[in-house]
Order: sequence, then structure tokens, then C-alpha cells
Amino acid sequence: MEPLLACLVGLLFAAALYLMLSGVLIKFVFGLALIGNGINLLIFAAGRLELQQPPLIHPGSEILSHPVANALPQAMILTAIVIGFAMVTFLLVLLYRTYAYTGTLDADEAPFQEEWREDDSCPEPLIRTQQDIKRLRRESEL
Amino acid sequence: MHSVILKTATRLMVGLILVFAVYLLLRGHHEPGGGFSAALVAGTGFALFVITEGPGQVRAAIRLRSTTISLLGLGLAVVAGLPALSIGQPFLTGFWWGPANAPWLGTPLIFDVGVFFAVLGAILAVLLALEEF
Amino acid sequence: MVHTDHDLLTRRCRLMGRLSSLLPALLFILTCRFWPAIVDGQTYLFDAPWLPSLDLSLRFRLDGLSLLFALIITGAGTFVSLYSSSYLGGHRHCGRYFFFLHAFMLSMLGLVLADNLLLLFVFWEGTTIFSFLLIGFDHESKTARENARQSLLVTGGGGLALLLGILLLKIAGGSYIISSWPAAGEMVRQHHLYPFILLAVLLGAMTKSAQFPFHFWLPNAMSAPTPISAFLHAATMVKAGIYLLMRCHPLLGGTPAWTTALVLIGGFTAVWGAVQALGPRDLKRILAYTTIMALGILTMFLGGQTAPALTAAVTFLMVHALYKAALFLAVGSIDHSAGSRIIDSLGGLWRAMPLTAVAVGAACLSMAGFPLFFGFIGKEIMYEGALAKEMYPVFAVTAAVLANALMTAVAAIVLFGPFFGSARAPRQQIHESPWTMWLGPLVLGGVGILFGLIPEWVSRVLIEPAVRSFHPGPEEIRLVFFHGLNLPLLLSLVTLCCGATLYLLRHRACRLVATVVEKLPATFEGLYNLGLSGFMNGAGLLTGRLQNGSLHFYLAVIVSTVILGVGWPWIGKLSGIFGRWPESIDTTALALLLFVSGSVFVVVTARKRLAAIGGLGGVGAGVALIFLLFGAPDIAMTQLLVETLTVIFVSLVMLRLPAIEQARRRTVRRRCLDGGLALAGGLLLTSLLIGVGSEPLDRSLTSYFEANSYLAAHGRNIVNVILVDFRSFDTLGEIIVVVLAAWAAVTLIRKPMEP
Repeated sequence: MEPLLACLVGLLFAAALYLMLSGVLIKFVFGLALIGNGINLLIFAAGRLELQQPPLIHPGSEILSHPVANALPQAMILTAIVIGFAMVTFLLVLLYRTYAYTGTLDADEAPFQEEWREDDSCPEPLIRTQQDIKRLRRESEL
Repeated sequence: MHSVILKTATRLMVGLILVFAVYLLLRGHHEPGGGFSAALVAGTGFALFVITEGPGQVRAAIRLRSTTISLLGLGLAVVAGLPALSIGQPFLTGFWWGPANAPWLGTPLIFDVGVFFAVLGAILAVLLALEEF
Repeated sequence: MVHTDHDLLTRRCRLMGRLSSLLPALLFILTCRFWPAIVDGQTYLFDAPWLPSLDLSLRFRLDGLSLLFALIITGAGTFVSLYSSSYLGGHRHCGRYFFFLHAFMLSMLGLVLADNLLLLFVFWEGTTIFSFLLIGFDHESKTARENARQSLLVTGGGGLALLLGILLLKIAGGSYIISSWPAAGEMVRQHHLYPFILLAVLLGAMTKSAQFPFHFWLPNAMSAPTPISAFLHAATMVKAGIYLLMRCHPLLGGTPAWTTALVLIGGFTAVWGAVQALGPRDLKRILAYTTIMALGILTMFLGGQTAPALTAAVTFLMVHALYKAALFLAVGSIDHSAGSRIIDSLGGLWRAMPLTAVAVGAACLSMAGFPLFFGFIGKEIMYEGALAKEMYPVFAVTAAVLANALMTAVAAIVLFGPFFGSARAPRQQIHESPWTMWLGPLVLGGVGILFGLIPEWVSRVLIEPAVRSFHPGPEEIRLVFFHGLNLPLLLSLVTLCCGATLYLLRHRACRLVATVVEKLPATFEGLYNLGLSGFMNGAGLLTGRLQNGSLHFYLAVIVSTVILGVGWPWIGKLSGIFGRWPESIDTTALALLLFVSGSVFVVVTARKRLAAIGGLGGVGAGVALIFLLFGAPDIAMTQLLVETLTVIFVSLVMLRLPAIEQARRRTVRRRCLDGGLALAGGLLLTSLLIGVGSEPLDRSLTSYFEANSYLAAHGRNIVNVILVDFRSFDTLGEIIVVVLAAWAAVTLIRKPMEP
């Protein structure tokens, strides 16, 4: 089964890289979410897939009475999933904040290429209220 | 959202979801579940609550600030490591109370509860902030 | 209001300076208590382990040489901090100044007391850093910053060379323990690494002690406050290199290479420094060049191996420390009172500043080497040493006479220029400086006279123990007041006559030096500047090329580096991986794989936001089901819940973002490039994973967890037990990360809404 899963991991990686390279920041976050899934599957598959019983000790017995799936990668993946979730959430918010200041999500556009300002000042945010959001969306849809 | 059916159903659902979360948390040491999944279940329940009733209602309902909840969780997790220190064992070594063959309370359980509150607080903080801005 | 603030600052500064000068004063008294025993030939040792694995110990040893240096450091330190309390006036950064000053002093003291070479290096670097901070004390001035950087780069670079030398020394069979060196000397000198050790140690010593061609940083270091120049760049820090040479003498000295290098470099530095001292009009710069001359003389005499040559070095070290510190402090007073250090705009100051004038007079006469002064004693023994056989006598004597003659002329210029002749400013505007500022020069100058009158005593209690500690031998070490009519005395007379002549011709000489220096085709300072600007430009060019602000470029570089770095060594092992397909394929699993692949396709090609979010959810759910299928209900559940929440959060944020429909499409060329990179990355991962699968798996850790999960940790769910018990410290770290990420996100969301 591993070779097939390996192909899926490769596909997830390729798709994630392609999205991240696009230069559109939303797609970048999508790519990051995909790559997280890919990594989790990678760790999972590296711990082998022959055994399909969950790693639980049945009530009544004190030790495992039958071979079970590898518990170690599972424990690693479990925390990785939650951390990946926190990471994606933070990136989403960062994305929004970037958009509020620059008005664009295209990393190849001018505001991202700007030199540092001499006086270290911050640019004024474009978005302060809900009205600003609506206005910007209207403008971008025109 | 202004759907009466949704609102009524939500009241019932959120309660059920939270009870389920606590169930998952408590059985986690022996069956699938545990602090992480329980916190995510509770977080989903609160997400439903926030979407139907709005963040103000949710804040009023939980009373505590979400940062307090996550700090409480981290604190519990750290406290769970202390008993071991007092008898000279490494920090966070498991420590159980009760009969030797079936102890009913151990520091790993306290730790798991700490994980639950820490993650739940984190989810709530982002959820409420996202709904409010 | 401003005035009051200034007064307050002045008072605070004065208090700080006077109180903190107690530290060196107490240390001085402490050192003096050890003095009698040292004269009797004892040594004191303190040893405590620090990093035993590196052979680094806190090993301090007080012997004759350390004592002499410690006395100079603490004695000069006392006067300098006392002096600074008035000199700084109401400077804003008084506290910083005194902290740097005393930190430097303690590093220097540590340097001369350390008996472990690595420990010595630690203190050596300490003096470099505090010297840098003190030269750049006036950090708002660009020149000061540049000069500080220059001294840091030159002496710091030398420090690196020294470290290399120390490590090589250890390899060559030497020891870090300095007091064990005399025994190991022969072995190290015969070792094939000896030339490299010598080169590295000399580089360290010569950058620190401003020897040609690294001498240029010292005159520039004069942008430091004047008391600092007196302390660091005349009396103590620049002598660290000399100290190192003295310490290394029994280990590395005595070979032709050592003697030739030191005598030639030292002699040339001495003459060239003294010649250049005629050029500048700024008193401080003049003194800086004479310091270079003095350091050159010291280096030259350390090339010798006979008692007179080494005695000459130690004696002149003291002579120089006394008169140069006095002169620098006095120049600071002149600057403070008359408002200028330029020799042409000063004159007739002796009426206004009689005490300073007396101090400068004593110091200058000692510097010129007049009889009755300590400088004379130093010069006599110097000539005696220079006449020794192995010192290339003709060269050494010529260099010493030339340098001393020039020094005499410079002493006359420094004495007569500002204090005699016609006054350049109304008298009442100039006043004698406060007692804290004339006391130091006066005492130091006075000691110069005193020592000149009792040379036998000085040689018995100071010079002899110092020389003996790095040159144990049966030869007699003695300074005498008058040697009788001999060759050294004749040379002294020649020196004085030449000096007088040079002084009379000073204007012409000055012009000549200025012209020559200007006409030099290339100087080492120019080379340094060229190197520095080349380095900066190169770095700028590289940064501009690599950090061009394009996310696509960064990612492409990272991804291709990973692909090449991991893939290149991997490519040879690829054969034998493919072709091992499983015999039976589970249809449920296959269906799931196809479902996930389809969802991935949707995410990549989506032109609508909603479709992309849906695809993402599909991928997550599919992966969760794969987990479930292969015996991982815990992560399957977590994954499903996380996917739900992710979709909620993504939707909440997406409501406020522009549609991806508006995003620009990539050009076909870039699509191909990106696609190629992505495909290569995916293939690499697939092949790696298949490769991992074909290796045997080590399940010992899992077996341990399985065996102990219930019996030791009372839990039936092994995954959960790993998380909350076996590896709970990791989990604690992870929940901290989660909470911090959430708080960061909340702060980012809220910030502009609450202006």
C-alpha cells in the first residue's frame, strides 16, 4: 500500500508547491494547508501501514494481545495537525492584515517590492472599518 | 443569521456538543479521544454558537476571557508536572493517586485537561476576534 | 531649567567619577600588598576550573611581570577615572563611560594576570571590545564610529589570528598554562608548526600594539575622549601586544625568525612612527605617533635575548607609560581650558596653567631622555641592549638613535609649542584646570623624576622581578644612575644634539614629512579602506541580487536547493525502488486515494474561492479517512475536526478578501517553470518515501510504549498516553506554540481597529 500512498504524498507536494509558487497569497495559504496534509501522510506512511488495528489495549488485558498499528507516528501527527491548524490560522490573519495595508494579494505587485522608507514610518492602512472592506471589494470587482 | 429553526436547534446542539467534548476528554486515556480532539469538538460547538448568536452572546455565556482560559490550560499542564519534581523525579513524570491496580486520578489526566483548555482558549480567541473585526 | 539639568548632570558625573576611581585605587593598594613578596621571588596562584573539557580554567598568577603591569593599569586607572570626573563635565552618558572604562580596566587586569592562554584570549577580546566602545563613545560622530570600527576590525582580526596561534600551539605540544612554558620551549621551537604559530601570535600582538603595517588604527583611535587615549592607547591596551610578546619570549623567542621579525618590524615602526610625529598639528595625533614609535622600540628590544635588551624593553615600557599618560592627560587639560589642541593656535600657556606646565615639562624631559630623568636611564640601557651581538647592532643602534632624536625634537615641540612663545588668547579666558585634572599628570611626571634619581631601587623592586619572570638567567639586571664614560653615553649625546638640530629645523621637517606622507602611492590605511568598501559593495550587490523582494524568486531558490541538495545524492540509489508494487490493492483505499487526488485537482484549478475551499475540505476529509482506514482513529478524528474549523476560519477571512478570480494568471513560461519545479519536488518525495519503506523499521520505541502503556502509565489508548505521559514535555511545548500563535493572530486582527 505504501507505494500508492507515496504517489499521493508526491501529488500533494507537487500541488502545494505549484500553488505556493503562484505569487497569489491566498493560493499560498492553500498550498500550505495541502503541504501540511502531505507531511502528515508522509510521517504516517513512514511508520508502515501493514497493520490496521488501532493501538488500543482491550479492556481486561494488561498488554497488547494482537499486533496493532504503529502508535509513535500517530502521536507525532496528532500534535502536528493542531500546530498546522494554528499556523494556517495565523497566516490567514496575516494575509488579511497584509491586504488591509497594501490593497492587493499579488506578491509580484508594487507594494511588496517597495524599498524601506527612510523614516521607518508605516504606511496608513487602507482598511479600518467594515465600510472600507465593502468599498475595496466593490472596486476590485469593477 | 436570523433563522428561528437554526437558533433553537443551536441552543440544543451546543449543549450536546459540549457534553460530548467533555466525554471525549475523560475517556481519552483509554479510548480514542483526549484533550486535543475534545478541545476541537468544543471549538466547533462554539463556532456554531458564534455564527448564530454573534460574539457578544458567546462572550456573555462563557464569562471568562479566552486568554484566561488558555492561560489556565497552560498553568494546569505545568502544575501537572510539579508533583514529580517534589519527589525528585524529572518534570512531568506521571504520578497517580488511588489503589495501585486501578488508580482513578493521575497527573497525565490533569495534563490532558490542561491541553483541552489551552487549545480551546486559543480557538475561542481567534474565533471571537475574527467574528468581531 | 536646562541649566539646572546640566548642573545636576555635572554633579552626578563628578560624584560617579570620584567614587568609581576608588575601584582602581583599592586594586592598586591590594597589588602593592603583594609587592614585597614578589620582590623576594614568590608568585601567587589562583586556580579554579571553568570549562575543563576545553582545558579552560580560571587560572590567575601574579609574578614580577604581572605585578608591573597591574601597578601601571591600576595606578593609571585611578588617575584617569579621577581626571574623567571633571573632563566629562555634564556628559549625558557618564554612567556608560565609567562602566566602559572600568570594564576595560578589569579586562586588562585579567589579561595580565591570566595564566591560561585561552583565558588570556578571553580578556584580550574584552579589551578589544571595550576599546571599540570607548573610541566610538561619541557615537553621534561619523568619524568616531568609523575609527572605532577600524580599530575593531584591525585588532579583532589580529585576535582571530592569535586564537589560531593558541590552538596551533596546543597541537604543537605546548600547553595553555603559561607558567609551564619554559620547560616546553625547545619542543615547540623544533615543531614543524612553529613558523605558523609564530606568524599567528605575531599578527595578534602586532595588530594590538600598532606595529607597521597595522599602525594606522592608533592615530585614528584618537577620536576617543582624551583620558581614554591616555589610558588605553598609551599606557595599557596597546601594551597588551607587548605583554604577549614578553610572555611568549621563553616559548617562541630566541630563534632567528623571532629576532629578525621583531627587530626589523619594531625598528622600522619606531622610525616611521617618529618621523610621522613631525607632521600633524594636533597635539593628540602627535602623541599618537610617538606612541607608535615607543611600541616599535619595545618590539625591537623584545627581539633580543640578552638581559640588557630585555631590561631595556621593560624599563622603557615604564618610562613610556609614565610620561605618555601624563602628556595625554595634560593635552586633555589644555584642550579643556584653551579650547584647542592645534599647536599653532596655542602659546604662552604656562602663565595660565602653571601646574600643567610643570607636569608637561617633567614628562617631556623624560621623553627626551635628559639626565636626571627616568627617560635617561631608559635610554642608556636601551643603547646598551642595542649593542648586543644578535640584535643586528648597526640597524638597531641606528633605529634607536634616529627614533630617540626625533622623539627629543617632538618633546621640545610639545613642550615649547603650547606653553611658551606669545599667548594666542586673552589670559583671563584661560584658567588652570581643577585639581582632579592636574593631579594625575603632575604625579606621573613627578614619578618620572623620582625614578630617575633612584634607578637602583627601581631596578631591584620592579624591573628585575619583571625581567626574571620571562627571562630567568644568571645575568645581572641593574640600572645605574651613571655608567661612566662609555659608548651608550656618547650615543645619548649624539641623540640630544640631533634632536636639538631637528627641533630648530622643525618647520622645514614638518613640511617635508607632510609632503612625503601625501605623496605615498599607497598606504595601508588606503588598502584597508579599499578592502572595506569592496566588501560592503560586494555584500550590497549580493544582497540586492538575492533579496530582490520577489516571493516567487525566494521560493524557487529554496525549492530548487532542496531538490538538488536532497535529490542529487539520492539519484544513485533510485534503482531497485520502483517495481515493487503491492500484490493486492484494497479497493476502499484506492477509492479514497482517487477522491483525495480529485480534491487536490479542484484546489489547484479552482477559479472560484468557494470551490477551492471545498476542495481543501475534501482533501482534509479524505486524508482523515485514510488515517481511519489504517488504524488511527485518534488522528482521523482530530483531522476531521481541524478541517471543519479550518473551513470556518478560512470562510470568515475570505469574506473580507478579494476574490481569487481577480488574481493575475501566470504567463505560460512561468507556469511551465513552476510546474516543473513542483513536479520535481513531488517526484522526489514519492521516491524518498518508497525508499524509506524498503528499509527495515526500528519499532523498539513503539514496543516500549506498547508494553508500558497500561502497566506503567495506566492508559489503554497508547497514542494518548504518549501525548500526555511519555512525551508530555513535547506536548507542553506544542500547546504553548498553539496558544502563542492564537494570541499573535488576535493581536494582528485587533490592532488597527483600536487606534
